[in-house]
Amino acid sequence: MSLPPVSSKARYTFGGDEHVFVEISESMSLPAFFKGMAICSELKKRAVPGVTEICPANASYQVRFDPDVIAPEAMMRCLQDIELSVGDAQMDLQTRIVEVPVLYNDPWTYETLMRFRERHQDPTSTDLEYAARINHFKTVDEFIQAHSSSPWFVSMVGFVAGLPFLFQMVEQERQLEVPKYLSPRTDTPKLTLGHGGCFSCIYSVRGAGGYQMFGVTPAPIFDPTQNLPYLKDLMVFFKPGDIVKWKPIDRPEYDRIVKEVEAGTYQLPMRPVTFSLKAFLTNPDSYNQELLQVLHGN
Amino acid sequence: MAIELLKPGLATTVQDAGRPGYYHLGIPLSGAMDQESYQLANWLVGNPDGAAVLECTLMAPELRFDADAVVAVTGAQTTPKLNGIEMARNTSFAAKAGDRLTFDFFKLGARLYIAVAGGIDVPLVLGSRSTYALGAFGGLQGRKLVAGDVLPVGQAKSTPVIGKTLPDTLRLRLSKEVQLRVLPGLYFHRLQKESVQSFFADTWRVAPEADRIGYRYKGGTALKFHDRAPPFGAGSDPSNIVDAGYPYGSIQVPAGREPIILHRDAVSGGGYAMLGTVISADMDLIAQMQPNHSARFVRVDMDEALAARAERRQRLALQRQALN
Repeated sequence: MSLPPVSSKARYTFGGDEHVFVEISESMSLPAFFKGMAICSELKKRAVPGVTEICPANASYQVRFDPDVIAPEAMMRCLQDIELSVGDAQMDLQTRIVEVPVLYNDPWTYETLMRFRERHQDPTSTDLEYAARINHFKTVDEFIQAHSSSPWFVSMVGFVAGLPFLFQMVEQERQLEVPKYLSPRTDTPKLTLGHGGCFSCIYSVRGAGGYQMFGVTPAPIFDPTQNLPYLKDLMVFFKPGDIVKWKPIDRPEYDRIVKEVEAGTYQLPMRPVTFSLKAFLTNPDSYNQELLQVLHGN
Repeated sequence: MAIELLKPGLATTVQDAGRPGYYHLGIPLSGAMDQESYQLANWLVGNPDGAAVLECTLMAPELRFDADAVVAVTGAQTTPKLNGIEMARNTSFAAKAGDRLTFDFFKLGARLYIAVAGGIDVPLVLGSRSTYALGAFGGLQGRKLVAGDVLPVGQAKSTPVIGKTLPDTLRLRLSKEVQLRVLPGLYFHRLQKESVQSFFADTWRVAPEADRIGYRYKGGTALKFHDRAPPFGAGSDPSNIVDAGYPYGSIQVPAGREPIILHRDAVSGGGYAMLGTVISADMDLIAQMQPNHSARFVRVDMDEALAARAERRQRLALQRQALN
């Protein structure tokens, strides 16, 4: 698998007197994300006094700390020490694989994208048609097939509460890439499946957005009222490191799930899994098949 | 007891010391934007640290107390009036059941804090009573207050002192011209040399888009980034990066045009290069800037940032002592 190498040395910089920001790599890659995750997990385990936030991101991470408890230089040294100590073993991740139902080509994102056509690169086609064409697919269905057949990694949660960024688990040359809107929309339906650059996302709340819109999921992923079983522990569902498989569904299934959501009985299909970066990189396609067996097996 | 909102003001929310620990899930700190004024208000009415108050932006609300209460107002410069009678700012006063609290327009400053002995007693969400409007939780039903809202007030732990006042020397100095100290860093190296110079030399004015999420500034020279081949996943504009976490106080400049400083309801990450961070000691100052007020960005190093932080901590200690 051709992957850009992760530079052996990350770039360390201060975000004021309360944050250390660490850029593992300027460009996005799975190894860069994994290295950041491994460092963040180790930092959490060490329970360093003064650390108040540990935020892994796509190819970087940041730590917020109280400089009255730990001096900025000491905080940075601590992270550099952890970077040196993180070995291959820590590139295994105890996580979960989740199946997220998606109604691609749905009426609500269609209505929205038509309202904002003048902000789009190609006002004469839909977001899906545009994405399919520039990624060299003959039909929208083939594009949806490519989008939904391999799993995706949640490489960051944020922007707004509970919004996951997802990175496709295939070779870089097979990754779907679409630019963001020329100018951001002022509206995006809640639970829209979006895509910008090489990242997909699920808009956790309704609001502004610049990603292309491919569909919607009926499954809430952020809910302050915590009505669903999988949101009982925390109002935010996704965590960095989660693995997601999109499941294309039709309108009757969408409506059926919406009813279950309203009744408070809907459960997202998910299974615990150990992800090995090394095994994945050796043969992504066959490793992905194993992951899907974990999801669908007994 | 309870407080009734007769008029809501422009953007009045329940806030406290904030909600740390969830930034990695996109849930920001929230809490009072001017933490110094917030703490002063609580100390004046004898509330414990962390009690919730009202934060009022640019235009104050009108309130009615349904029982006897002890109240203090701090922050923005405006005259509180109890049943039309002028009361002192930065001083605790008693209100009787049925009394109405009103305010003049804001002469200076952008955020007023109203504390009541016992604290605003809305439910804790993830350890805080602060309102996070974007996520629609915290505070009263996760939103800014509207006319007719009724806010429960907790039981005061001790008998609050009436007429407790903050010595003049320890009061907030408000100004229409503010210097914000900035520690360069993050993606500062991507900025062209002349842009580094103009960023710190220019006078920037607060744009109308200034709220709890971030403050946008305009009027300075547009900034230029070094050209580069976009890294995989970053996006094509030179101001783009692979989406990353945004520190509180960090300054991003989408397309090089208008700097945005993220504040306590920050979006937790995104794809714009940040060129530095406003130091922790100066974050409260931003909260008191009205649209069109002007700012100069002053370049400092880490030692200066820590010295400013220590100075602030010392001032807060003196204030606390004076109000104990």
